[in-house]
Amino acid sequence: MTTTTGTATVTRAEYCVVACAEAWRGDGEVLASPMGTIPSIGARLAKLTFAPELLLTDGEALLIGDVPAIGARSRLTEGWLPYRRHLTMVMGGRRHVMMGASQIDRFGNQNISCVGDWRRPDRQLLGVRGAPVNTLNNPVSYWIPRHSPRVFVERVDMICGVGYDSAAAAGLSATRFHELRRVVSDLGVFDFATADRSMRVVSLHPGVTVEELHDATGFPLPLPAEVPRTRAPSAGELRLIRDVVDPSALRDREVRAR
Amino acid sequence: MSGKVMTPDAIVGRLESGMTLGIGGWGSRRKPMALVRALLRSAVTDLTVVAYGGPDVGLLAAAGRIRKLVTAFVTLDSIPLEPHFRAARERGAFELVELDEAMFMQGLTAGAQRLPFLPVRAGLGSDVLRVNPSLRTVTSPYADGEELVAVPALRMDAALVHLNRADALGNAQYLGPDPYFDDLFCEAADSAYVACERLVGTAELTRDAAPQTLLVSRHAVTGVAETPRGAHFTSCVPDYDRDEAFQKEYATAARTPETWGDFSARFLAGTGEEDYHLAVEAWHKEQR
Repeated sequence: MTTTTGTATVTRAEYCVVACAEAWRGDGEVLASPMGTIPSIGARLAKLTFAPELLLTDGEALLIGDVPAIGARSRLTEGWLPYRRHLTMVMGGRRHVMMGASQIDRFGNQNISCVGDWRRPDRQLLGVRGAPVNTLNNPVSYWIPRHSPRVFVERVDMICGVGYDSAAAAGLSATRFHELRRVVSDLGVFDFATADRSMRVVSLHPGVTVEELHDATGFPLPLPAEVPRTRAPSAGELRLIRDVVDPSALRDREVRAR
Repeated sequence: MSGKVMTPDAIVGRLESGMTLGIGGWGSRRKPMALVRALLRSAVTDLTVVAYGGPDVGLLAAAGRIRKLVTAFVTLDSIPLEPHFRAARERGAFELVELDEAMFMQGLTAGAQRLPFLPVRAGLGSDVLRVNPSLRTVTSPYADGEELVAVPALRMDAALVHLNRADALGNAQYLGPDPYFDDLFCEAADSAYVACERLVGTAELTRDAAPQTLLVSRHAVTGVAETPRGAHFTSCVPDYDRDEAFQKEYATAARTPETWGDFSARFLAGTGEEDYHLAVEAWHKEQR
């Protein structure tokens, strides 16, 4: 569903962009590492508005000093960040990554490696990549463009990104810098600010019903009595999303209007 | 020191079945594909491959050359999932040692420094420890007493890397923005082989480039081969970008044994690197 604020009609993708951008609010001078189109637009929107200190990369080996549109070339290099320095930055903690997830559970355990039995998977995916090191060393958020019970599962098949229960079971070295900030999906925003660090609803995007959320989630998700709605972008933010950061509307390919 | 310049086939002639082989590059970037293609033309098999995996792993897996794979991922970058790797895993074709990217880096570093292991804050709480039951943890001897993962050294019999330039002595240079881990691969291997876009005189290496682009030093190199476009179809910037159209063709061909058979017959069955590039050139002409 689309809603109208003032004269502009805000799409679901644009709510998602703002929800992703909010993940980096207050982070200070750290690297924003967005995986996926909408988190990338979100990180750039955050830098252009309420989080100008954020560091951004070109997606390869450079830190960029400007904020080009998605897909456009940066014109200003402010640093060098090849893979091995990137990994060092992860371990130094000066980074907040927003990763994807093929599966995620209520404690934030995430899987991108394989579906089924690891020894002989039904579906081989990417591999664990840097999810284990990311989750133990720097703040981590997740972006899930299609919220479904196949993604939001009771238990993940292979723990790549470490959730709160797994970190606690692994002990002090695992929990020392472990922090899962939030999960953003095409249906809403979630965090782990509960007594047992299980996932809860922070807000649902306008137009999303509680039934729709429950049908799309493979575990019980506590809801507040009055469900907050994800904030709409301001007129200025909307202009930045549409005209500056994502003029070719790549966001609509990741999350379609409904 | 002399006599390091070799052909890709001569380099592969130094390799033996059953070896542990490191392959440089990252995903579908600056992979020593000319050396991998030479490997495919040889009878060398039963390999333990250590790599941040891309189509190097895919091709060797499709040809049944891998007994064991040590990796954190296998991807074609612009195509996230490597089709041959997927298929091989789903039919249980080889043993997998699945490590996190930072664990892998620590393992390579330990291998280069002749340490038995290096600690890392990664793996704890994840299933990396469950699926690799031989991995151990180590307790800090200092006041913090932290328990960390002890990544065993990744030591290799041989390493294969591809760089932009090299001299005949084995000094090798990257001109793109990312060194990946190629120097560590060379230093963590008993023998290292460098393929390069262009073999140049030593003086030419720093004529227009800063000395810190000299990534690999000759003491860590056994053999050098000049293989122009030898990283194709992966990227080798600034010399060339990834051949996205051809990579797509590769991934599409991997879908069925029949289409893969056709692809192999057309592109990989020749007697050398030249045949491969001629076939690719002809294919590109057809696409216009």
